[in-house]
Amino acid sequence: MLQIPMWKRVLILAVCLFGIVSAAPNLFYGRVEAHNDAIAAATKAGFETEAQAEARASWPDWLPAGLVNLGLDLRGGAHLLAEVQLADVYKARMDALWPELRQALAAERATVGAVRRAPSDPGTLRVQIGEPAAMTRALEIAARLATPVVSLTGIGQNDLAISAEGDQIVVTLSEAEMVATDNRTMQQSLEIIRRRVDEVGTREPTIQRQGSDRILIQVPGIGSADELKALIGTTAQLGFHPVLARGANANALPGVGQVIYPSVEESGLFYTLDAVPVVTGEELTDARPDFDQNGRPAVSFRFNPAGARKFGDYTAANIGQLFAIVLDHEVISAPVIQSHIPGGSGIITGNFTVESSTNLAVLLRAGALPAKMTFLEERTIGPELGQDSIDAGSIAAMVGMVAVVFFMVASYGLFGVFATVALGINMALIFGILSAIGGTLTLPGIAGIVLTIGMAVDANVLVFERIREELRTARGPARAIELGYEKAMSAIVDANITTFITATILFLAGSGPVRGFAITLLVGIATSVFTAIYVTRLLMLIWFERRRPKTITV
Amino acid sequence: MAFRLKLVPAHTKIDFFRWQRGTFGFSVLMVLVSFALIFSIGLNFGIDFRGGTTIRTETVTAIDVGSYRSAVAPLGLGDVSITEVFDPTFGADKHVAMIRIQAQEGAESATPELVAAVEAALKAADPAVVFASVESVGPKVSGELIQTALLAVFGATAAILFYIWLRFEWQYAVGAVAALVHDVVVTVGLFAVLQLKFDLSIIAALLTILGYSINDTVVVFDRLRENLVKYKVMPLREVMNISVNETLSRTVMTSGTTLIALIALLVLGGDVIRGFVFAMTWGVVVGTYSSVFVAKNIVLYLGVNREPRKPAAGPEAEGFDAVP
Repeated sequence: MLQIPMWKRVLILAVCLFGIVSAAPNLFYGRVEAHNDAIAAATKAGFETEAQAEARASWPDWLPAGLVNLGLDLRGGAHLLAEVQLADVYKARMDALWPELRQALAAERATVGAVRRAPSDPGTLRVQIGEPAAMTRALEIAARLATPVVSLTGIGQNDLAISAEGDQIVVTLSEAEMVATDNRTMQQSLEIIRRRVDEVGTREPTIQRQGSDRILIQVPGIGSADELKALIGTTAQLGFHPVLARGANANALPGVGQVIYPSVEESGLFYTLDAVPVVTGEELTDARPDFDQNGRPAVSFRFNPAGARKFGDYTAANIGQLFAIVLDHEVISAPVIQSHIPGGSGIITGNFTVESSTNLAVLLRAGALPAKMTFLEERTIGPELGQDSIDAGSIAAMVGMVAVVFFMVASYGLFGVFATVALGINMALIFGILSAIGGTLTLPGIAGIVLTIGMAVDANVLVFERIREELRTARGPARAIELGYEKAMSAIVDANITTFITATILFLAGSGPVRGFAITLLVGIATSVFTAIYVTRLLMLIWFERRRPKTITV
Repeated sequence: MAFRLKLVPAHTKIDFFRWQRGTFGFSVLMVLVSFALIFSIGLNFGIDFRGGTTIRTETVTAIDVGSYRSAVAPLGLGDVSITEVFDPTFGADKHVAMIRIQAQEGAESATPELVAAVEAALKAADPAVVFASVESVGPKVSGELIQTALLAVFGATAAILFYIWLRFEWQYAVGAVAALVHDVVVTVGLFAVLQLKFDLSIIAALLTILGYSINDTVVVFDRLRENLVKYKVMPLREVMNISVNETLSRTVMTSGTTLIALIALLVLGGDVIRGFVFAMTWGVVVGTYSSVFVAKNIVLYLGVNREPRKPAAGPEAEGFDAVP
């Protein structure tokens, strides 16, 4: 019979309640956003200003504060699709290898003869040797410069592929090393871009790797794509500074030629540093995650010759002192100088985990972008255009909604009212779910919602029409409602699954605004089936149980 | 008896096959004409698909497209199209133009200098002009975008074909997909005739049309499947007519509500998504038409195996409470 067990009723109502509560913050978008921004800013700074406290108080802390993210096309901002020139790094590696190889070969000049670099493609090193007969020996020498690749797939492989071609040694990066290098380059580029963008403190920037060599950057609220490019292009300010003092006071007055920077590792800790770095990041050639002699995670690094000399002199004179590694006005770590470090390479030990040492290595390398980027796609959307779209979209949604409600009530009377209530809950659920999953609303997404308003009633219409038909064969209203639902079910399921399939493909294939549309459509399909099957039915049932009508008119 | 708005009388007996040669022939003709138009006139591809730069300008005074054109012409940027945009949602002091510049030789994307030069030239022609949006897509990406878009449309069609075949029979799947192809081709054809901008969002609209049209078709098929069990000896054509008539009220109702919502968006939603919404609105009309006049004509032509299948198909055999 026409029954829904109590637990199911509770569950249905709970879902509806969830939708309404989590959608609610979106009605007070500005206020909740100010509240969230204030909390984020206060957490980052470690203290809260008066204005932030006020903004925070404008929305109660205990209420959900999740909001639907507004896409770039609604909020305005810049979008860039960058392609990282991975081959740049191969070339740099080969150029750096040449002096090393020359030196190694020069030591055995008697056997291999005079060497000189022959012209080659970038990314390949060709060295001509004077005595082709000694090629085997020359290859042996070159092979000594290769090191094993450390990666999941490249185990057992060396980083260089060395072969002979006539009187030339041909050196390139091995396949495994190329993969590892590419990954490192991408990781490093992403990290740099993320730091650069975070610095300007815009909300919810999207920085994503796409495919093997692309990076998608979307920054809401920024003036133009050019501004964004300028921001990404600037190099990181990395420096090794002598530490003069440590303390908890951020506002202490630094002396002449001194600066006070906060610690990244420990919030509330501040270092007073010499403003002039001993060595800068421009002189760093490499940094990698490593382990110290006790097997604890550490970071090893290497300077170029000029940096190495300065670094060696300073460490020799200041053993036992703290040495701060500063990135963009923040002290990343301040290790104790344990010994004189000649040769320009060293190791940073500290309270590291494998993860944090990897991160630090990335950050250290992240001084400058490792490779050039070309921009394949640039989009700037002005904030007014976005606001206009939001306004137009909401008006259209309202008008559409009112018209659909009128249409439904005029056609189905009381049952139309049920469908209207379900439609309202449906909207709440869409916004609730989008807020909860942090979904992004785009302009086509608004169109998706408007389309859902139109289509959401479809399942109800199917059921109502079916009930009408069943009433004609007259077996009492309860039976008609039940049969109406049963028989409409297969059409509802098939119709929605096929729509779901296309929306999924849209989600997988699309990007940006189109993907936003696919998400609202997917969520909309799920919620409209739920509201049509469960909510409308529950409303109908409650009404039916109260009134016990002998006849019903749909 | 309460008042009810009835768009369709309770019992209709329309013979949808009466003009079947005409309607089906008309559909076939439209598809052929659309193909001819797509290949002869071609589509007005947006920068998503052919690369280039678009700049949207807004200003307070009436726009003289000629002065814009002569301002940009000395820059020698090749094919530059400037069109004024009109929209009922604009106020009296809002005038919008779209400027499209073709992809420049050898450049992956618009150089900042190019955009700056165009902006400076326009500022000189109209000091009040502001640039509401600047978008630039390199030829490399645009090629890939076309590929992805085509893949998406084919993938969706294939997935639907498979699902319908699984749930019904292959004849239904062929009928449904023929209707889908009809909808997509005719919509693209309309874009060719009207030379409306065809970009990525239109692909999204096409996929949505696929979803909507199949939705409609499935409802009719579902009823047909049910009626074939009910009326075992009636000719297929009659059963189809009964099925369409029985679901007609629902078809009109759903198309009606969806169209109302879409038309609201079309009129009031602003010009930025007008193309997208237009494609969708048109698609709903064509999709509704095709499920009544295309899909089932093909099923009728192919015939249906009317031997009862052993297991009762589908969830209609299960009650509401059995659904988790």
